[in-house]
Amino acid sequence: MQRALTLAALALAIAFPIVAAPLDLDFYIGFASRVMIYAIAATSLNLILGYGGMVSFGHAAFFGTGAYVVAIAMTHGIDSLWASWPLAMAVSGVVALGIGAISLRTRGVYFIMITLAFAQMMFFVFIGLKAYGGEEGLNMPYRSLIGLGLNLKDDATFYYVVLALLTATVYLLRRLIDSRFGRVVQAIRENEARMETIGFSTYRYKLICFVIAGMVCGLAGALIANQTRYVNPNLMHWIVSGDMMIMIILGGLGYRFGGVLGAIVMLVLDEAISPYTTYSKIVIGFVLLAVVLFAPRGLAGLFDRKAARAAGSH
Amino acid sequence: MNQTHTTHPQPRQGSAPVLEVRALSKRFGGLVATDQVSLDVRVGEVHALIGPNGAGKTTLVHQLSGTLAPDAGQIVFRGNDITRLPAHARVLRGLVRSYQITSIFRQHSVLDNVALAVQARSGSSFRFWHAVRNEQTLFDEARTIVARVGLADRADVLAANLAHGEQRQLEVGLAVATRPAMLLLDEPMAGMGPEESERLIPLIDGLRQEVSILLIEHDMDAVFRLADRISVLVSGRVIATGTPEEIRANADVKRAYLGDELESATGGQA
Repeated sequence: MQRALTLAALALAIAFPIVAAPLDLDFYIGFASRVMIYAIAATSLNLILGYGGMVSFGHAAFFGTGAYVVAIAMTHGIDSLWASWPLAMAVSGVVALGIGAISLRTRGVYFIMITLAFAQMMFFVFIGLKAYGGEEGLNMPYRSLIGLGLNLKDDATFYYVVLALLTATVYLLRRLIDSRFGRVVQAIRENEARMETIGFSTYRYKLICFVIAGMVCGLAGALIANQTRYVNPNLMHWIVSGDMMIMIILGGLGYRFGGVLGAIVMLVLDEAISPYTTYSKIVIGFVLLAVVLFAPRGLAGLFDRKAARAAGSH
Repeated sequence: MNQTHTTHPQPRQGSAPVLEVRALSKRFGGLVATDQVSLDVRVGEVHALIGPNGAGKTTLVHQLSGTLAPDAGQIVFRGNDITRLPAHARVLRGLVRSYQITSIFRQHSVLDNVALAVQARSGSSFRFWHAVRNEQTLFDEARTIVARVGLADRADVLAANLAHGEQRQLEVGLAVATRPAMLLLDEPMAGMGPEESERLIPLIDGLRQEVSILLIEHDMDAVFRLADRISVLVSGRVIATGTPEEIRANADVKRAYLGDELESATGGQA
């Protein structure tokens, strides 16, 4: 059932750019790319927050890092995605290693606050970074070069690249959570003390998980830089971290498609409401409230029969 | 101390200490929770630690298992000083605890609970790609342990849905699954009814073949049935160590703690 739904959604996603042109929906190809980019970012946050129980409030730091790496690399003449996107992931991973190594020594509210503090520190560092635009940000004259006879300047091509990367991200998440490593991370969320006393060095597992999530989010950042051909410090603002959190709470914490569903719902709502009011966030707030109250496992949780049964048997 | 351990050049089989605690101390502000505690546990013995509530038994377990750092003293396990070793590293060396307050993975099935503990000691868990559920040997081994702690027909039940006594069995099962050289059992019978205790006593008895055990327990019946030696902890101090007979006869112990409780337990045995 879920497999059929997934394949149907994927087929729709593949067909979309083809049917968009005759239907005069070209504009939405770019919008759909943006949704998928945020879906990648939210999925990476879901790995640490939903599965790992690490409530990071600074995930935008990696989003911004990935974006800036691509934009800065381009000003230095590195414009091949085969170089700059892996570089974005690597740098984001190193940043995540640094932030995680310190933050993961704390628990609970302290962890939330310290990750937030790190992200805000980076936000202000990039505001002060006049060499790369400071507050103004940095324009990218063109999108990263892909070679292979393709050009990302074409929105449909870019769309397919993003779709492929989103598919890969969700697939990677699935492999990861079913693996030995994934089992450990999920069990740590449930009972970290006991994991220590059956022999797991929980810190190490959490840190590696944090770095993986940071790298994937860095990739999303590299994509958003290409999508808008513009980066600025706001990409790492705490509001972006908060949006990612809202996305996975809407979509479903600890569900493979939680990030995807959440990004779709939130950005589509925003897009649909914005023309009518400047207070679209209020509407999203009410939707979030409704989901938390009536579907506490998020939208993906509504499809989860197993969890519904388990909840019913209590 | 009634009986002190002396180190021989060639320790007799079954009498060499697997765990030596030397003058361990821990204070919380003005409260001395662990006061110069020295004791040893020999290979293959069940060493019971008894004492009234607040005597510092659980605080001692926390220090032995590595969740609490002692202020002074030394813990030697299988000849190595482990006083400063983190908790998980002690487990990998074979020193494993269970909890007085049940600490299991409530949202996992019984089998998955135990499989986690088996996974901890069987190969690297820095494997990111292959599904655990396909690891036949891991789950075969977990099933054996689940059966051993008497939960074979509950293997697929969510741990949260187990009865209290069953959760206590799983608690011990998690510790056993790490294949320890020594177990620190912190009140395994806590909150159990007599019938449930009757299931756990033979289980612990059966373990003595393979592991040394430090058994912290309030159930005096269980203690006197299982223990090879007993240490008595009162106000953070070990006031006596000896065989069950010696402890029964010890005037200090009677005065400080046991009294009626001991009379009734030993009366049943004699």
